[in-house]
Amino acid sequence: MSPVLLEVNDLKKHFPLRGSLLRPGGLRVYAVDGVSFRIDKAETLALVGESGCGKSTVGRAILRLFDITAGQVVLDGQRIDDMPAGSLRPLRRRMQVVFQDPLSSLNPRMRVRDLLAEPIRNFDLARSAADMEARIDLLLEKVKLPREAKARWPHEFSGGQRQRIAIARALAAEPDLVVCDEAVSALDVSVKAQIVNLLQDLQREFGLALLFISHDLAIVEHMTHRVAVMYLGKIVELAPKKSIFAAPKHPYTEALLSAVPMPEPGAARKRIILKGDVPSPINPPKGCRFHTRCPYAFDRCRVEEPELRSTRDGEFVACHLHDLPPAQNPLAATRPH
Amino acid sequence: MALLEVDNLQTHFRTPDGVNRAVDGISFAVEAGETVAIVGESGCGKSVTANSILRLVPQPPGRIGGAIRFQGRDLLKLSERAMREVRGNDISMIFQEPMTSLNPVLTIGRQIAEPLRLHQGLSRESVEQRVVEMLGLVGIAEPRRRTREYPHQLSGGMRQRVMIAIALACRPKLLIADEPTTALDVTIQAQILNLMTDLKRRVGAAIILITHDLGVVAETAERVMVMYAGRKVEEAPVAELFRSPRHPYTRGLLSAVPKLGSSLGAAQTRLAEIPGVVPSLKQRIAGCVFASRCAFARDLCRRVAPALEEKAPAHFAACHFAAKATVAA
Repeated sequence: MSPVLLEVNDLKKHFPLRGSLLRPGGLRVYAVDGVSFRIDKAETLALVGESGCGKSTVGRAILRLFDITAGQVVLDGQRIDDMPAGSLRPLRRRMQVVFQDPLSSLNPRMRVRDLLAEPIRNFDLARSAADMEARIDLLLEKVKLPREAKARWPHEFSGGQRQRIAIARALAAEPDLVVCDEAVSALDVSVKAQIVNLLQDLQREFGLALLFISHDLAIVEHMTHRVAVMYLGKIVELAPKKSIFAAPKHPYTEALLSAVPMPEPGAARKRIILKGDVPSPINPPKGCRFHTRCPYAFDRCRVEEPELRSTRDGEFVACHLHDLPPAQNPLAATRPH
Repeated sequence: MALLEVDNLQTHFRTPDGVNRAVDGISFAVEAGETVAIVGESGCGKSVTANSILRLVPQPPGRIGGAIRFQGRDLLKLSERAMREVRGNDISMIFQEPMTSLNPVLTIGRQIAEPLRLHQGLSRESVEQRVVEMLGLVGIAEPRRRTREYPHQLSGGMRQRVMIAIALACRPKLLIADEPTTALDVTIQAQILNLMTDLKRRVGAAIILITHDLGVVAETAERVMVMYAGRKVEEAPVAELFRSPRHPYTRGLLSAVPKLGSSLGAAQTRLAEIPGVVPSLKQRIAGCVFASRCAFARDLCRRVAPALEEKAPAHFAACHFAAKATVAA
């Protein structure tokens, strides 16, 4: 049996913009513009990057919350991006999602029992009414909520408890892959730790694969096996977490890591302050998309787009610096950030 | 005399189901030119503290008690008219969400000019000149052209720069920054924090920085106050607080945050959790506010609220067993 659960090949998602008085028609937002990766069974892949880099769009495209512009999404050997909605249904069970804000993703007019029963019923998982109750009880136990929670409404819970309900609801469908889209970002520090630990426990127990979409690099480092760094709709670097955090190979990854404030007063660090803002995904820069902010950009970067290429086993980077002789490549040497 | 002295501040809100004691008797001082951080989780009262200083809490349902002395004057005793002279002039504030605090239908030039016209009585030419100068100061390219733009034409980071320009336009003595970088991406956050530290050095304003991000605290503050459930539980110079936190809540917070580089060490560890949830502020808590979640809590903690004691030089903690907790953990 192949260990690969999900494969994404050259995924593109462009959103057409409606023309208006001030803006000509025919423009598109290049939200995701050619992204490829795979997720193994029981593995966590983190998708990191700043707002607008396309990381959430990738998550939603995989779940087929909309149709994609080009590329392939393959779940367990079956192409799902062009599958008709009817035959997709059983596969939807295998991919579930936990969003950032449980207050808006949980129906406020459904009690916890009904919130958890809905996916079980939709996918015909319960053999009897008693089995349904038993499943709901077990789910609550797994996410460490009391049984009495069944009869209560989402608004009666705290943010962390609501996120537990959202996780239980995702688990109810017995998925293989859970997309966590900023699932812990809105939580307070102490609660965030509880939910992170819970996700890790559940992953181990059920052999879940996680696509962990986040902008919080310290949490990502704690949670994940591999990391894909996105910038303006493209993956710029993809590698096992140790290589990313020990010696980033892309200048954007390097800057991103150096910008994270560390809870250690007086820690001596080299901080790279990127100039300017992320360019618009409507009109991304020619050549390397990062060249407008890259401290190491040279002539080639302005004209030729670098491809995502393997540097070492399992490590990929899209940067022309690695074609230079090592002496001229500031990111060649393995060094701590 | 300190620049700002907050004495037994109590901000309570009347709600249909009881009085919410959002801030329940906290005292602190800010010296001229100093950066003090207030950290804590949602609902701990850190933003209410900030809003109370500028009397931005609607009264009723709110009620502010205690004393807030700014350069010796009690702000709570000033008339509304006198208070308006203080806001934006001597004390100014930056909020988390620049899109909701900037007026969408006014050019940013006009919005930076407003406090200058109101408070400083400058001529039109000197106001204009000052506006361009402020935009340049906060690192906005082509400042003259930008004065004619509207907030929606700017990115999130630029909007926050404009907010800072407005806040610093009158050269305030105290700047209150309420989660100024929380809504920003990390590379933009780095730019803004750099800018704030740099401007503070040049303008010489004291800063009260309100945040939940311990990394931001470590990198910008000189002194830190930790709040929990409306009370101050610990206060110390920044290096001291991170090196030897005394209060079990502070210790819990610090160990609940994973540090960058954690995967490079030896074995991966589980994140430390603080069990349970923050208590409701609608009931009066007799003992220590943290007792219900504290691993070291004893009978005494549930009965008697611990006073803020100096546990080490300039290091205060409100815990009956702080010293013992340090040894035990």
